Amino acid sequence: MGEGSAQAVKDQMIAHLAQIEVRIEEMESCLAQEAPSQIAADLLSLSEEVLQVWILARGQTPTSDAREGFRLLALHRQGARGDPSFNACRETCRELAYHYNLIHGEPEHPHTLGRLRLMIMVAKHLCLFVSGKMRVASLGQFCCASKPLRENMSFE
Amino acid sequence: MVDVTDKIMKYRDVAYYSGCALEGSANGYDVSTRAVAKSLGLRIKDVTDWNCCGAMEVKNIDPGLQTYLSSRVLSNAVNIDHANVVMAPCNGCYHNLKKAEYDLTNDPKSKETVDRLSAKAGHEAYQAGQAETIHALDWIKAAIGEEGLRKRTKGRLAGLKVANYYGCMYVRPRHIFPEKDKGPGSESTSRPHFMDDLLAAAGAENVEFPLKTACCGGAHTLSDSDTSTKLVLNILQAAEASGADVIATECPTCHSGLEMHQVRAEKRFGKKTRITMLYFTQLLGLALGIGPRRLGIHTNISDSTDLIIDKRLT
Repeated sequence: MGEGSAQAVKDQMIAHLAQIEVRIEEMESCLAQEAPSQIAADLLSLSEEVLQVWILARGQTPTSDAREGFRLLALHRQGARGDPSFNACRETCRELAYHYNLIHGEPEHPHTLGRLRLMIMVAKHLCLFVSGKMRVASLGQFCCASKPLRENMSFE
Repeated sequence: MVDVTDKIMKYRDVAYYSGCALEGSANGYDVSTRAVAKSLGLRIKDVTDWNCCGAMEVKNIDPGLQTYLSSRVLSNAVNIDHANVVMAPCNGCYHNLKKAEYDLTNDPKSKETVDRLSAKAGHEAYQAGQAETIHALDWIKAAIGEEGLRKRTKGRLAGLKVANYYGCMYVRPRHIFPEKDKGPGSESTSRPHFMDDLLAAAGAENVEFPLKTACCGGAHTLSDSDTSTKLVLNILQAAEASGADVIATECPTCHSGLEMHQVRAEKRFGKKTRITMLYFTQLLGLALGIGPRRLGIHTNISDSTDLIIDKRLT
């Protein structure tokens, strides 16, 4: 694939992520109408879609496996394989799984509405991070992977 | 079995590696760390003739040289100051010293580089295991503990809702922090809690904050500012949604990133957030009855004046 067409594919994927981000934000308007468990499931599904974009961009087929009961965590593991900087969003994914469990386990809990609001923001964060990483591949490289940004630069 | 008193004593007298940020943009963190140490009766001695830890600039182009620079700080602490514990409040410094320790333990090439450059520079090479690097959170937790803080602060932070933001370099990558994730009493890399524990002991109410280690785009704050601003804005909005009055920080890069992108988010995207940021040492200082000015709170970009007055923190 030429450089121009590779960039076009990348731009398409970034645009796709921007659409997912809008859909995540729109979940806020569903809070009063839909069942909490359904909203949590939808957020989980949108988050999986975010990670699928990342994995497809790496030329791989997104796994259908689950880890600790969540496909999201299996997708994150797949997305971070060979790229430890992607662990920058590991806890974000785990927080999504945790919030899903909280909401799904106790939908009538008095904190459910607040938990859903936070879950929306966590899902949005995942989307923003992956979108940022599509633009700047080294996001998370220096800090979360403790690796240099100019590793392949030669000074000889 | 380690005597508990010995363990406490070990952390009451530590070498202090402030690093460059605490001399400049994060001066309030430095001032408040020193004030809290004095109030708690803890001795901190600056590492003699310390140098840059390698931070981003050196690490990004020559990781071997970064390991050497961090090792020189540790060497000075051990060989000149005769310290066996080095405390670094900055996540970047802490991270780099821990990484140097890991590299010297596990990578013969790093050891060869450090030995060679140390000989060339004319000082003793640091040997893995000669010192223990700890963060300011570890230091207060080990030397004073929650019970000690509870007695000294008398719940002065009661009524204050705090979102604790740890950032990334305190917990990632996991392998350079072998002492974490060891069960009860140890710090967690997935859900860190030491800052929560200390502030709760001072009376604060920690809110459920799911983005406590989430990416703020810090390393790309200048090269890709919009990504950083969007990530920070989401962190600030989540802290507000969680009901927090203030975000407690323990890293100068996180702190200034939150402050600056809060301003930029309003200018660039028209999104205003009202939450303020304080270093955890500034909050502990207030809880210990130290005045805001002595804690350098006026040097923060984020204005916490209203919060301090409203919550009667002074």
